[in-house]
Amino acid sequence: MSNKGNNSIKVVVATGIGAAIIFVLMKFVAIPTGIPNTQLNVAEGFLPLLGAIYGPIAAGLAIFIGHTLNDFVTYGSPWWTWVITDGLVGVAFGLAKNKLDIQSGVLGKGKLIWFNIYQIIVNFVAWVLLAPTGDIIIYHEPAKKVFLQGITTWIINSLSVAIIGTILLVLYAKTRTKRGSLKKER
Amino acid sequence: MNSQLLIGYNAKNTLLHHLSGSTKLIGFVALSIIGMVTYDTRFLIGIFAFSLVLFKISKITFSEVALVLKVIIAFAALNLIMVYVFAPGYGMSIYGTQHMILGKSENYFNLSWEELFYIFNLFLKYTFAVPLALIFLITTNPSEFAASLSKVGISYKISYAVEIALRYIPNVQRDFRTISLAQQARGYEISQKAKLWPRIIGNAQIILPLIFTSLERIEVISQAMELRRFGCGKKRTWYMEKPFGKNDYLALTIVSLIVLTGIALFGLNGGRFWNPFTR
Repeated sequence: MSNKGNNSIKVVVATGIGAAIIFVLMKFVAIPTGIPNTQLNVAEGFLPLLGAIYGPIAAGLAIFIGHTLNDFVTYGSPWWTWVITDGLVGVAFGLAKNKLDIQSGVLGKGKLIWFNIYQIIVNFVAWVLLAPTGDIIIYHEPAKKVFLQGITTWIINSLSVAIIGTILLVLYAKTRTKRGSLKKER
Repeated sequence: MNSQLLIGYNAKNTLLHHLSGSTKLIGFVALSIIGMVTYDTRFLIGIFAFSLVLFKISKITFSEVALVLKVIIAFAALNLIMVYVFAPGYGMSIYGTQHMILGKSENYFNLSWEELFYIFNLFLKYTFAVPLALIFLITTNPSEFAASLSKVGISYKISYAVEIALRYIPNVQRDFRTISLAQQARGYEISQKAKLWPRIIGNAQIILPLIFTSLERIEVISQAMELRRFGCGKKRTWYMEKPFGKNDYLALTIVSLIVLTGIALFGLNGGRFWNPFTR
């Protein structure tokens, strides 16, 4: 029972600190691409690690809170369709937790390739299908404009996750003790 | 250096500062949702004027928000230009009429009153909530904010996560700056002068230590919270919670009247758009 309690506290703390990190990364580490509101997104690259360690709730809420706070202080009001989509992406990355099993310290090529295919699909569904559709329905913006923004974001976020996300996952896995690494002395 | 980039709570003695955080939260969310959905120009101008009046009452000085305003205006302008470039005839297809200013409707690039009107509406939608958001950020104490989240029915664990985020943003930011200076001293260039690739590498050299120290911090904080028996009860009381006063009920009444007007206008206009061209 105490173990379960500890995990839920960890999720609360990881959500809070994760949101703070995401906020700082979004605000201060941004490499512009030339298309409005679209940047090489380091925060997005941090998300898979957060999800792989603490699961879907922490990752989804952390990016939701971090993105909302960032929109608040940068643009004055949150762009809700994108904030919610980002939250869903976080949840999707968190769902990969059991499959990646990063705590075991073993993160082979197979897992990494599987994860990258998974993340490209997740980003596609989120940024090319969900976010622009939301913009059209809720904000009534022209389809061409929002789809261009969506496709650019898809490419950029997938790249950020593929590069930064993969590096972070590998480095974190190295800090864990490998399962079965102890040998019985004869 | 970056302190002006962030706006935050500033204690003053005004009506809005004394309102409960929950009232301001409900008011902001309700007004921003109704403003997000509606395309009724009269209504948008109305809320815009209302939020400017509130801004005046809150005694926020212009210099406090000047930088943020510049960023917002640049963002809105870029977006509006994109909306025009990608669909110059979109206004006409929404309003169903053609009142040309320049060019012909057969050409891709043309300018019609409908398009201008549509872009004006978008401009109002991008900006009307900005004074409200600034008021909310500057007049609400962050510690009270978590209390108000929990008061409006959000689980206290989530409220606490938001509280932790607000509490630790300055710490993470300070870590970020320290690590950044240390890495720059070692020769990693991350300013705009550097080319794209060295800049990416330089940023990665900051992010790794930042993330790994923060992961340790998560362990420490959750252990401290566990020692204090966080999460045992179903409810939690908040030191900073403000009880509702007469003004809170008054404010909530005004907000609900505005929202109801907005909903009534949907019925009156037969949809989300107010169309001045067909009458």
